[in-house]
Amino acid sequence: MLSRTADNLYWLARYVERAEYLARILDTTLRLTALPLAYVGSSNEWESAVATAGCAKPFFAAYSEANEETVTEFLAFSTDNPSSIRSCIETARINARSVRTALTIEMWDSINSAWLELRKWGNGPPSREEFARFLRWVMGTSLSFDGSAYRTMLRNDAYWFSRLGVYIERADNTARILDVKYHLLLPAQEQVGGPLDYFQWASILRSVSALTSYHWVYRQNVKPWLVADLLMLRDEMPRSLAHCYENLVQNLDRIAKAYGRQGPAQRHARTVRARLENSKIEEIFQTGLHEFIDDFVEDNNRLGSAVAQQYLL
Amino acid sequence: MFDEMQDSAGAVRPAYAELKDWLGHIPPDVLDYRRREAELLFRRIGITFAVYGDPEAQERLIPFDVIPRIIAAKEWDIVRRGLEQRVKAINAYIKDVYSRREILKAKIVPEDLVFQNPVFRPEMNGQKVPHDLYVHVAGIDIVRVDAETFYVLEDNARTPSGVSYMLENREIMLRLFPELFSRYRIAPVENYPDELLATLKSIAPTSAPGEPTIVLLTPGVHNSAYYEHSFLADKLGIELVEGRDLITKSDVVYMRTTEGLKRVDVIYRRIDDDFLDPLVFRPDSALGVPGLMSAYQAGNVTLANAVGTGIADDKAVYSYMPAIVKFYLDEEPILKNVPTWRCREAEHLAYVLDHIEELVVKEVHGSGGYGMLIGPKEDKATIAAFRAKLKSDPKNFIAQPTLSLSTCPTCVEEGIAPRHVDLRPFVLAGRDRIRIVPGGLTRVALKKGSLVVNSSQGGGTKDTWVLDE
Repeated sequence: MLSRTADNLYWLARYVERAEYLARILDTTLRLTALPLAYVGSSNEWESAVATAGCAKPFFAAYSEANEETVTEFLAFSTDNPSSIRSCIETARINARSVRTALTIEMWDSINSAWLELRKWGNGPPSREEFARFLRWVMGTSLSFDGSAYRTMLRNDAYWFSRLGVYIERADNTARILDVKYHLLLPAQEQVGGPLDYFQWASILRSVSALTSYHWVYRQNVKPWLVADLLMLRDEMPRSLAHCYENLVQNLDRIAKAYGRQGPAQRHARTVRARLENSKIEEIFQTGLHEFIDDFVEDNNRLGSAVAQQYLL
Repeated sequence: MFDEMQDSAGAVRPAYAELKDWLGHIPPDVLDYRRREAELLFRRIGITFAVYGDPEAQERLIPFDVIPRIIAAKEWDIVRRGLEQRVKAINAYIKDVYSRREILKAKIVPEDLVFQNPVFRPEMNGQKVPHDLYVHVAGIDIVRVDAETFYVLEDNARTPSGVSYMLENREIMLRLFPELFSRYRIAPVENYPDELLATLKSIAPTSAPGEPTIVLLTPGVHNSAYYEHSFLADKLGIELVEGRDLITKSDVVYMRTTEGLKRVDVIYRRIDDDFLDPLVFRPDSALGVPGLMSAYQAGNVTLANAVGTGIADDKAVYSYMPAIVKFYLDEEPILKNVPTWRCREAEHLAYVLDHIEELVVKEVHGSGGYGMLIGPKEDKATIAAFRAKLKSDPKNFIAQPTLSLSTCPTCVEEGIAPRHVDLRPFVLAGRDRIRIVPGGLTRVALKKGSLVVNSSQGGGTKDTWVLDE
């Protein structure tokens, strides 16, 4: 398969995944800001949303204040922000168009329809209700795209490269939530306790659609170290770092088998996965949650470069 | 004016009898609903084209008319034989121009028309191409003026496009009007991709392996025909490559794949000569592949179509086509040419200047309906301006009478009304034989009285039915 095709498939998957992630962040933020201040504290949730999306720098270059209006515009509809939901969908479609032949008709239909639909939303919906509808639509689009890939693509290198895009992006997103919110998860916070943190923890879980899963996995109240455990080390949680790396290793191995050659990308992914498998959440808290996440983000980026070096250039 | 459905007395021609009956029975709102359904399908599939110089309309739909155009088996037979003959002659002519030049020596085609032509490629002089074939894919534009007469309006021997519309139009018609299909026996077109693949395989260099690697070279997503490029690559099961995906090493062409470099044997290129290789042609081209010409000249890769075929489809050369057919095949041309005045010749120019109000004047190198003047439709000022342009550079123009193109029933705002049409069938020339899928792309001028069918000028398309009996 052409390197450029693999590259386009990889980025197509990443952009769709990113659009969904942004929608989740905004959805969670809307919920948090709808609660009375007494429940969530006086932190600026909109500012935190921008940080979680990883675009604090460009945001504050464009706006002086983070509030509902500015953040919604920047993260969802801005054409200046290359990582806004709109830009993600547009870029995803450009990538899709360049690899029409590598997509199934269902995948193309899903991304092309999303792109056509996007125009109807203009520069932002008129009300909060409409905006919530928009966010649900974005999440639905990602589900439909991912579902059509899963159900219709041949299981060959095209599929495996698109999976690499999904999981590298997803691992990055989950790590970023942890990076911004890690202070809420530190054990010291437990004593502070109270409803304030509960809603924050719940919102972290919600932003990775894991609030219900949490209860099924742990069968107890929301506790910060368990939230961290779920998001980082639990294989069964689809957005956990461990799950992402399980899939990255698997898909990289399939590619290596098909091409008859292992390389740096495979070795690096296995190393990261082994570290996640061998870690206990207690130890991570002892040695430093923040440092662990920082290292992970860097490792994840390194995997992205290794994949590009080995296959996409 | 010749209407393909009914004669001037209103009698319906046999091929159209069932269609006319069907149109009489289908409720207008059902037809309208189907029309909108068709548009939705086209948009969802993403069949769009770009209009150059119109940033608002980066991707536009070509309007699709749901009423098919019907060609009787007997009529098609004439067209098919005429097309075969014409493409054979074109290939013989290009070979001659780049080798022995008999036709120039015989003074049938003037030398300067070849040598001073910007599309003449000296790089091709004496160059051997596989099986002496230059034009492997041709799109020949045909118009009809009466029951017997088909004219060739234009030969497209470089990178003709439109075949994806021929295929998609049929698919959509099959989906929308299964009932109408059951009333006719229509020759299928869906085998075109297979025929194209067979043609491309047949022209691989002799050094290539039994299963040659074929790719389609596109200028990229911004090209107006990009949809078609990706559509065809998909149907053929070949890689759709851009210039940056290819690389040459020791005169061999490779593509960059996830498994390393892979050798390429045949390139179906949908990119103009000028942009093919920055080392030989336009140095500023980022679309091409450095070293491609050298690999081509070494015989390690086949380009379809060959480099330099423009000297056969130029509008000035066009007027010599009947003589070209006679010269190489010693046959009378089956398809006529539209009478053409070559403004390069003094008497012709004088005639054109005297009769400009009744003529169509075209630029020799123009295409897509750009840069032409339709005398009867223009006001005095426009004509005066064009006259000045013509005088200053007569060689650059030809003129033809305003043809009364045939009309076909078409859905328009006021209901069903006759509109002018043309036809672009696609001719495939391989080592073994010439292949022509029955039908082609019918383009229709949607504006009342308009003769301009080009999609860039508001034309639409129709499905073209060649009857099987």
